[in-house]
Amino acid sequence: MRIKIHVWRQSNRTDRGEMKSYDLEGLSPDMSFLEMMDQLNEKLTGNGEEPVAFDHDCREGVCGSCSMVINGEAHGPKSETTTCQLYMRHFEDGAEVFVEPWRARSFPVVRDLVVDRSAFDRIIQAGGFVSNHSGPKPEPNSIPIEPGIAETALDAASCIGCGACVAACPNGSAMLFTAAKSAHLGMLPQGQTERFDRAKDMVDKMESEGFGSCRNYAECEAQCPKGISIAFIGRLNADYLKATMIEPIDRRGKMHAQ
Amino acid sequence: MNRLAAIYSSNLGKKVIAAVTGLILFGFIAGHVAGNLKVFTGSTPDGLPHIDEYAHFLREVGVPLVPHNMVIWSARIVLLLAVIMHIAVVIQLAMQSAEARPIGYVKTKRKMASPAALYMMFSGGLIAFFIVFHLLHFTVGALPLGEFQEGEVYRNLHSSFSADYWYVSLFYIITMVVIGLHLNHGLWSLFQTLGLDNPDRNKIIRLGSTVTTVLIIAGFIAIPLAFLTGQMPPVEEAYQAIAPPNH
Ligand code: HEM
Ligand code: FES
Repeated sequence: MRIKIHVWRQSNRTDRGEMKSYDLEGLSPDMSFLEMMDQLNEKLTGNGEEPVAFDHDCREGVCGSCSMVINGEAHGPKSETTTCQLYMRHFEDGAEVFVEPWRARSFPVVRDLVVDRSAFDRIIQAGGFVSNHSGPKPEPNSIPIEPGIAETALDAASCIGCGACVAACPNGSAMLFTAAKSAHLGMLPQGQTERFDRAKDMVDKMESEGFGSCRNYAECEAQCPKGISIAFIGRLNADYLKATMIEPIDRRGKMHAQ
Repeated sequence: MNRLAAIYSSNLGKKVIAAVTGLILFGFIAGHVAGNLKVFTGSTPDGLPHIDEYAHFLREVGVPLVPHNMVIWSARIVLLLAVIMHIAVVIQLAMQSAEARPIGYVKTKRKMASPAALYMMFSGGLIAFFIVFHLLHFTVGALPLGEFQEGEVYRNLHSSFSADYWYVSLFYIITMVVIGLHLNHGLWSLFQTLGLDNPDRNKIIRLGSTVTTVLIIAGFIAIPLAFLTGQMPPVEEAYQAIAPPNH
């Protein structure tokens, strides 16, 4: 099959960048999208041009590296599927395909389709952890967890941190990522200790990194390759409200009678 | 106070302010439509349309415990503060979100975001304009769009929504539909913002928001529509006392 592909080309962080178009022929419908990109790069290298830089690692949908907005959708047209799991059979022969990097101020383009997602790491550093001691492995069943809660926490934990939520959100908000990373700890007993501080610290960090604010479009959920629910955003909102409005500030002060 | 400052200083907190003020404004709209429907219930035996009586009642609520106009002005101040805060936070949020994506996409596709949600700023902007227009029109009587007699609500409505001023009715009807779009997203959205929605209730909250919105908007639209299509009793009749029965 053949396609016409339009790709964002930008040589470095300061370059202005532009869309460039290439014709590709002789593709197999069974190629993955990234194999198609590899083929494009072989062709470009053969012509003495710079290959298109793009992130990829596992190529099996678990690492979250393969960040591309394909025809206006994060990770392309197939829902709950990463770019690396997308195949050329999902496109029509002769299709025009637009490939762009994640667009957000907090995800600056490093080169072509590669963006710097370290803002996500800083959100995690702000509170996406539990302070347990790393001594001898505890007995696995020593802390009972209701199976439904464990499953929901695992749903949140299926976030691969790819950034599709930010890319898809009309406001460039990172709420789905922050919510998932806060919920997968905050729902479990081990994560209770820092639950409210975590919610506050992670949201504050997300905002100071320059991500937009959530307007409840649910576009993130629709384009998330793991289909993570905006229910976690509601949960984070509730935890954040509790952290700022209800959790005591002065826990140990004396009180007077009247 | 510190806590309110903390809420206001974050974007998530600003959304909470939008939700709470939006809820207050929604409460007003729901009450307003219920009161307005008195236009359909006729007049008192001595020739006072119920809607005029209701307008008078609003000014006199609580008298003699509180002075005249006290309750209505308190409500007006709360609503004014709510609308100012609502507009202030949503503009700040929108500006901040616009900065979050300085370079846009060549191609954009929306899978879930509804037009109502995407155009909240547009529908809200029209509401803001409408609020000013509407107050000048029926509260102050400063617009040359029909007769205006302070306190004679039925007469004013009859005149402004007559076929002579069909464009006034049209504008009111269109604006009500746009307010409906704002509320249809907004009502559900405030539950999500306050962390009160979850998958168990999502369907019912969304359905409830839509049904509430449709009922409210239908109630509002019925008024200009009824006058425009000549369904309402003429002014003289509405203000005519029923002659006491002959004994
Ligand atoms: C009577 C009038 C109004 C009512 C009943 C109302 C109601 C609401 C409600 C319930 C929300 C949802 C809040 C949330 O998502 O948590 C909302 C959001 C919003 N409103 Fe209004 N509103 C009114 C007037 C306005 C005006 C005058 C403007 C604009 C200038 C406006 C602009 C917005 C915007 C942009 C949002 C989205 C905020 C966000 O989520 O970022 N609204 N409104
Ligand atoms: S390359 Fe790892 S998820 Fe796509």
